Amino acid sequence: MTSAPAATAPAGSVGTTPDRPTGSIRRRQRLRRALTGWAFSAPYTVLFLVFMAVPVVVSLVMSFTDLRSTDLRNPFAVNFVGLDNYTRLFSDDLFLRSSVNTLVFVVIGVPLTIVLALAAATALNSGLLRFRALFRVGFYLPVVTSIVAVAVVWRFLLDPEVGLVNNLLRVVGIDGPAWLFDTKLALPSLILMAAWRNFGFLMVIFLAGLQAIPGDLYEAATLDGATRWQQFRNVTLPLLRPTLLFGGVVTGIGYLQFFEEPFVMTQGGPLSSTLSVSYHIYNQFGFGNYGYAAAASYVLFVAIVALSVIQFRFLGDRK
Amino acid sequence: MSAQVRQRDRVAKAVLYAILTVGLVVVVGPFVWMALSSLKPEGEIRSVPPTWLPEHWTLDNFRDLFSRLDFPLFFFNSAFVAVAVTLGNLLFCSLVGYALAKLRYPGKKVLFLAVLGMLMVPGMVTFVPQFVLVSNMGLTNSYAGLILPFLVGPFGVFLMRQFLQSIPDDLIEAARVDGAGEFRIFFRVVLPLCRPALATLGILTFLASWNNFLWPLVVASTEDKYTLPVALALYSIGQNRTDFGLLLAGAVVVVVPVLIVFLLLQRHFMRGIATTGLK
Repeated sequence: MTSAPAATAPAGSVGTTPDRPTGSIRRRQRLRRALTGWAFSAPYTVLFLVFMAVPVVVSLVMSFTDLRSTDLRNPFAVNFVGLDNYTRLFSDDLFLRSSVNTLVFVVIGVPLTIVLALAAATALNSGLLRFRALFRVGFYLPVVTSIVAVAVVWRFLLDPEVGLVNNLLRVVGIDGPAWLFDTKLALPSLILMAAWRNFGFLMVIFLAGLQAIPGDLYEAATLDGATRWQQFRNVTLPLLRPTLLFGGVVTGIGYLQFFEEPFVMTQGGPLSSTLSVSYHIYNQFGFGNYGYAAAASYVLFVAIVALSVIQFRFLGDRK
Repeated sequence: MSAQVRQRDRVAKAVLYAILTVGLVVVVGPFVWMALSSLKPEGEIRSVPPTWLPEHWTLDNFRDLFSRLDFPLFFFNSAFVAVAVTLGNLLFCSLVGYALAKLRYPGKKVLFLAVLGMLMVPGMVTFVPQFVLVSNMGLTNSYAGLILPFLVGPFGVFLMRQFLQSIPDDLIEAARVDGAGEFRIFFRVVLPLCRPALATLGILTFLASWNNFLWPLVVASTEDKYTLPVALALYSIGQNRTDFGLLLAGAVVVVVPVLIVFLLLQRHFMRGIATTGLK
């Protein structure tokens, strides 16, 4: 170890030899480097600023104005209205209703998706399983498909009269419910469909996480007489925590914005029981209430950040 | 191992297979049902008890889709937008990813933090001002309007930067000593080494664009600019809402190309998720 600094010392001192660049050359070099760096970064940065970063800021500014679609040609008609949009939001029954629906979607949907994904990943990781690749690809299939197309298919599967689900139930003598036409069952149906579509994504992530757990930990646990369940509780779950956290955050961010499912399957009904915050924002945008829609979208943004922070608190390192 | 334990293991394994198989049927079944039903006449789709295989095979639903409705155009729109968005992301994200990973210049940290922060921002937050911007540029209901806001994204930069950091500096330095210019080094030396990352980014970007819904729904105001998901969604809640066969055929057209690509390239999908998900 003592020879290492000695060996690197000459190399490290090259830059400080008497013939080092003079100030002007160094300045020119720095300018060159800056120009090169920004030549590579500029095309991306311009598009990024114009279409992403600036709109994030503009959205916030908009949320304090009464901007409507009719004002686009006449910017002077726009007024700052302070927090009006926000106070209106929290007395808007539809917004409150959509917030509750979205919260239910997340609070039930995320754990459900995680449990399904973890069960599938654990089963596929339990060694010596034939057809493993087949199951993995099969479970992942819905993830790559368009939510709109999947929602169209499920709307027909769940049709109370002629849908396949109720047809199958009828075969075993059960009179199936009205699913998407029932105020109590519509939202749970959408949650089930979302879990069905998304658990494959988390499964692949969890599988990678499971395979990173060293096998000798399980051997040691077996020698100590731990049952399979105890191994799962005390070895797998703690070591998988960062992966579970990632899965929870990513799924939560996605579910907080759910939109296509109610748009295609229920149009937010029956009686607004499947209206989501995103759907409400889209509707307000459609009515031309841009300022109001921007305010609602910022509330959603804050909820997304809050959800991520909460999950980091619960699942993050507890050292 | 005693015979009893082995017996128990075998039972456990059989139960495991049974559960997984039921799961597979539940997950894949709807797609099989979709594909088979799209080949049935309308009456048969609604028949009780249901049939699995069509009793009368027919292509009428697809014929309607491609002649009565404008699905060839919607297909072209989806493909054109997705290809443009993918090429843009591949080029711009690898350029800036290279700069962030390998070059030293002022402002680099701020840029990277801004990109990382953007990963957190949902599309719902930006779409209203984006729409105002695009409509002030006079680009609503145009291909440019559909493409421009998605030409770059935070995810691609993150992915390319992570990958490019693993390329040895010596290689770049050697090319520099040989007198190669910076862009020549990038296109001739660095980019060919990035093929795996580019494949992953390309596939994920294409897929996201193909399935994208909210933005084209808002920007495309006349049918000739609809993408497939927009057309399918609007038909399914419009006057064709009870046309099961037609809409299922539409779903097939949206889903099947993606499924074929996925089955051919599934390695890249899984690797893309594993590398981006765990970091």
